Amino acid sequence: MIANVLLYKVTLLVYFVATILYLVDVIARREKAGQIGRWVLVGGFALHCVTLLVRYLQTGHIPIATLPESLSFFSLLIIGIFLLFDLKHHLTILGAFSCPLALGMMIIGAATSAPEPTINPALDSWWFPVHVTLAFLGYAVFALSFVAGLMYLLQERMLKSKKFSGLYFRLPSLETLDHINYQCLSFGFPLMTMGIISGAMWANSAWGGYWRWDPKETWALITWFLYAALLHGRLTIGWRGRRAAIFAIIGFLCLLFSFLGVNFLLSDVHSFKAMRGQ
Amino acid sequence: MNIIVVGLSHKTAPVEIRERVAFAPTAMERPLHECQALPAIIEGMIVSTCNRVEFYATTRDPDAAIVQLRRFMANYHSLTLEELEQHLYDYQGEEAIRHVFRVSSSLDSMVIGEPQILGQIKTAYGYATEFKTVGLILNRFMHKAFSVAKRIRTETNIAGNAVSVSFAAVELARKIFGTLENKTVLLIGAGEMCELAARHFINNGVSKVLVTNRTFARAEKLAAEFQGFPVAFDEFPNQLHQVDIVLTSTGAPNFILEKPKVEEVLKLRKNKPMFFIDIAVPRDIDPKVNKLENIYLYDVDDLQGVVQANLKERHKEAKKAEAIIDQEIGQFHIWLATLEVKPTIVALRQKLEEIRRGELEKSLKYLKGLGDKERKSVESLTAAIINKIMHLPISTLKQAQHDSSEDSYVDAVRTLFGLETTAAADDLPPLDEELE
Repeated sequence: MIANVLLYKVTLLVYFVATILYLVDVIARREKAGQIGRWVLVGGFALHCVTLLVRYLQTGHIPIATLPESLSFFSLLIIGIFLLFDLKHHLTILGAFSCPLALGMMIIGAATSAPEPTINPALDSWWFPVHVTLAFLGYAVFALSFVAGLMYLLQERMLKSKKFSGLYFRLPSLETLDHINYQCLSFGFPLMTMGIISGAMWANSAWGGYWRWDPKETWALITWFLYAALLHGRLTIGWRGRRAAIFAIIGFLCLLFSFLGVNFLLSDVHSFKAMRGQ
Repeated sequence: MNIIVVGLSHKTAPVEIRERVAFAPTAMERPLHECQALPAIIEGMIVSTCNRVEFYATTRDPDAAIVQLRRFMANYHSLTLEELEQHLYDYQGEEAIRHVFRVSSSLDSMVIGEPQILGQIKTAYGYATEFKTVGLILNRFMHKAFSVAKRIRTETNIAGNAVSVSFAAVELARKIFGTLENKTVLLIGAGEMCELAARHFINNGVSKVLVTNRTFARAEKLAAEFQGFPVAFDEFPNQLHQVDIVLTSTGAPNFILEKPKVEEVLKLRKNKPMFFIDIAVPRDIDPKVNKLENIYLYDVDDLQGVVQANLKERHKEAKKAEAIIDQEIGQFHIWLATLEVKPTIVALRQKLEEIRRGELEKSLKYLKGLGDKERKSVESLTAAIINKIMHLPISTLKQAQHDSSEDSYVDAVRTLFGLETTAAADDLPPLDEELE
């Protein structure tokens, strides 16, 4: 147990260092810092995987049953997907935006304590890891499109107003950011769809009903419709650029709300309490 | 040995002075030889561009050399020293090294990061080598300056962002479109700046150029030049939907493109972004067009603003460059210091003494039967041999101190006996590096 907490803290520290390095690169223009930051981040990612693996071996379930666990899992996926994108696009600045996001999740995770999960036997089926992994992969992809959306709006603002801050010189082209938006959508949307379907299957196997309209399900559906609208708009009527960026940002905020807000504000079967059968 | 700089530049002298003291590139032999003939000057070279005229020289008496160079410059161009003096600056020692590194790295240029100055200094150095007015120190010094400039160019973004209006347009297009491949440019009207920008676009990958003009023949002519396609002036609005970048500079008194038309085009393009560059005064495109989503409209003033922002960015990069120069000065200074006679003699003595001791110890191991007295005589024998061998080289070195051959002797001794132990010396570029 202690080993696990220690691993988590070290991972957090490594992410912190990577975040600082990325920010130094972007703000103080030290390209070396970003290059080192990338490797630190890869190290942190590997360490994070080990942390989760150790946790899995200790508890015997996929470590996404409590809020801190799922926050940690979420940030792991954000980092992982960022690193994948980085392979192709080499966007240090994307790291400077994504790392703080993942780091923030890790810190919230460290700050919220959770009792040891004892999973409600009714819910303990293999649908559980499938549903949660798919959903979180979708979340992480959308997190990246959220980040790209923010960058797009910043860049577009500067190009339109013709006032350039130092950031302008570090941001990638609008086309690249819009392309990331589209790529994220075309991966995230199927993932999210499968996440919702697998959730329904799980619900059916646990409670004998596919859909119960609990707040989380409702919010997930709202979010799903948002992304569906964006995908449709993109493919048929040429929605792109600013509008797509705004959609990606609103979509992710809805996602965050259905992930965190619903847990904190509303109580239902999806809260982590329900997980423990309370 | 001291390096000195005497000269003037756009920062200290107006063009009326600069043009009077410039040296013609076709007649460098006389000034170079006359300059080197000055009593305090050992090696010398002259950099003369439209923005600066500078002497780089080595001397043993910097103050006297500076006075002589100032007077030489005034006399040579038939000016009085009083006229010239207020515009002249001079540097010696570390400051001189810094100045030359800064100049060759384009940190002292009117437009920071401009690439010409390095070439101009290389040319100036070329004349000096041709007429043999540079020797060991300036050779090394110049090569060092070139490598510092190269390092700064690769390690900082000092030449990174466009500082001309036409190139700024290309960079903006890149910020919008990413790559310019498969993009189409439409040229409306003609004009020098417009054509220059079009050329930049073509050089940067734009695949298709359309040209339109009120006079169709001119459109055809320009299109042929760019290997593009002429379009009749009335026809161009119907082609707009396939165009990504519009460059316009007509003499039209009114807007030739307004918001409703662009809106229509945008719908046809499924909102694919468009970049309008309006170089005309009065403007050709209604500024309201910029309010449309996915449309970016820049007029001449906007482009000037971009250039200003880019210049600011270069100034920031220049700070990094200064740090690199600080580093390099240290290294070069160390090398320069090793060229002094006294430390060289000390180093030479030490080196030979080391060898003597080493060999003596080795041999004494086998000569165990020796008594104290014999041992002592073996020692003094070896010491005497070393002293005899060293006598002539050292007295030659000491003598060389008083004439211009000092550096070459010192350098030779250091090389022959392997005395260059400082790391800095290893970093110096080889002398036979080719001039680019």
